[in-house]
Amino acid sequence: MLIARVLTLALIALLAAGPASAQISDGIIKIGVLNDQSGLYADLAGQGSVVAARMAVEDYGAAAKGLKVEVVFADHQNKADVGSQIARQWYDAEKVDLILDVPNSGVALAVNQITRDKGKAFIVSSAASSDLTGKACSPNTVHWTYDTWALANGTGNAVVKTGGDSWFFITADYAFGHALERDVEAVVLKNGGKVLGKVRHPLNTQDFSSFLLQAQASKAKVIGLANAGGDTTNAIKQGSEFGIVKGGQTFAGLLVFLTDVHALGLDKAQGLTFTETFYWDLNDKTRAFAKRFAERNRGIHPTMIHAGAYAGTLHYLKAVEALKGDDGTKVIAKMKELATDDPLFGKGTIRADGRKIHPAYLVEVKKPAESKYPWDYYKIRATIPAEQAFRPLDQGDCPLVVKK
Amino acid sequence: MPTQALFGQLLIGLINGAFYALLSLGLSVIFGLLNIINFAHGAQYMMGAFVAYFCLQWVGLGYWWSLLIAPVVVGLAGILLERTMLKPLYHLDHLYGLLLTFGVALIIQGVFRNAYGSSGLPYGIPAQLSGGHNLGFMFLPNYRAWVVVFSLVVCLATWYVIERTKLGSYLRAATENPALVQAFGINVPRMITLTYGFGVGLAALAGVLAAPIYQVNPLMGADLIIVVFAVVVIGGLGSIMGSIVTGFTLGVVEGFTKVFYPEASSS
Repeated sequence: MLIARVLTLALIALLAAGPASAQISDGIIKIGVLNDQSGLYADLAGQGSVVAARMAVEDYGAAAKGLKVEVVFADHQNKADVGSQIARQWYDAEKVDLILDVPNSGVALAVNQITRDKGKAFIVSSAASSDLTGKACSPNTVHWTYDTWALANGTGNAVVKTGGDSWFFITADYAFGHALERDVEAVVLKNGGKVLGKVRHPLNTQDFSSFLLQAQASKAKVIGLANAGGDTTNAIKQGSEFGIVKGGQTFAGLLVFLTDVHALGLDKAQGLTFTETFYWDLNDKTRAFAKRFAERNRGIHPTMIHAGAYAGTLHYLKAVEALKGDDGTKVIAKMKELATDDPLFGKGTIRADGRKIHPAYLVEVKKPAESKYPWDYYKIRATIPAEQAFRPLDQGDCPLVVKK
Repeated sequence: MPTQALFGQLLIGLINGAFYALLSLGLSVIFGLLNIINFAHGAQYMMGAFVAYFCLQWVGLGYWWSLLIAPVVVGLAGILLERTMLKPLYHLDHLYGLLLTFGVALIIQGVFRNAYGSSGLPYGIPAQLSGGHNLGFMFLPNYRAWVVVFSLVVCLATWYVIERTKLGSYLRAATENPALVQAFGINVPRMITLTYGFGVGLAALAGVLAAPIYQVNPLMGADLIIVVFAVVVIGGLGSIMGSIVTGFTLGVVEGFTKVFYPEASSS
């Protein structure tokens, strides 16, 4: 019985391996969206990233071009062990060719390594740690939307230059928070500012009052929030309760998403300044996308993460078509070779270290009176050109980059 | 660490302890009198906050009305749950009630998350309680002061009703020996149903209190329920005063942890 089963499995494996000669393994390109579907990052990524990936597949016209593409998704619950297990299962047993999105830098760094070991493809949209294109860079990974260096460079610079020269950090205690704090601190120190203190809180904290009191006692001019999602909104909401802004201190939300502003309400969020690489109301193309997207995503307008998932999938499919194959390492190499062009980020490139290059925007949240229609939340204060928005190639210590 | 900052943390601890106390009080009442380990407590707390949000958005009723309406509405939902599902489980092992309420909690949270997303909905502090006072060693928001006072009053009133009044003595007697109490002409099943409704109402009340501080979020209860269970167990399962005292104590301990070793401050 057992032998029969083993033989059957071997036969299936042989049959499955057969079409490999036809370049697209098993005839289907399978995209796995792996993210937080149920926790504090579920609105800013979550099901929206799945919708975005599906829209990209449709807009690319994959079916008309004879490509069979399937999009699947799973919930990693912000746990690196759960995420790794799903990634392994997807690659080994379910023939997933590309893993997409993956918020939470802790999980993303784990999936980054697994993808490399298995020779598959990984496009990061949510995770922020700049280590993904630095120390941990991989020939199988593209880091699409943004990273902690870009946030630090955009927001940190702007804040220090407008007089915010003493900082206190409230930092989420995991890979992402540490990376963001490190990158912002470097910018602050470089510009002659100083860091008066920092405190690290566990991921998904409800009550920030204690940390806010410490920040208040530090007398720092700027309180840098090196966290994301529900952690950021709770901190800002409770900060207004404790009179942080009235007392003359300001918040620097180092990573704030459109959905966070929506959750806070303009009343509490007004005046916040931070860095984004996409805003739905930038131009006609982004507005058209946002309209279609919101219809399919409970009215929630796209965050930059959703935009990254869409654009990344589009470019991946382009590379697969050009290559006529879906071997992970080769596709990623092809993606780096081809210039990118999509309706959301415009024209851009992908560098040798896996970093996707496009402009970033310094945005300010509007006052309630300035908001004319639903989801009209941002004023664009400055555009950071693509070549300045991300860490220079030679400063990341990425082993893939040959130093001159 | 300057003493001034320590006072601040002590006060913050008391404020958070107020939530723990109020939530664990409801749990304790339900366990003490019904022998049900109510794992849906976190979800019911969350529903309380949502009812407050709905009151404001749909009907235009503010915070003060919500304090009254939310416990009643959610309490009634609790009574429905007790009548239809919990009742058949009384003669079975604790485990069955635990599993049932845990499942119910997951379903409720899933439904709310599906409808309202995970990043929460905004809910403001009532105008009468906005602002705060500078106490010298810290800035105390008026709303937080209100939370401490209000929940202390509710906790002590509940303790008084159950431990010191005739109604309370019926309740306690009914858990000791339901058959005998029924023989005296008291409708024990109805009393038990109402007690469950009351416990659930306490959770909803805590939810309304929490709405202006935290986001109104489908997962707000799931995050808190573990801490609250720890409080109930430390305070002695079913002991009402134990829960109140432990709730406040744990809040203070947590507050100090956030200063001395913040990474460990989460359950």
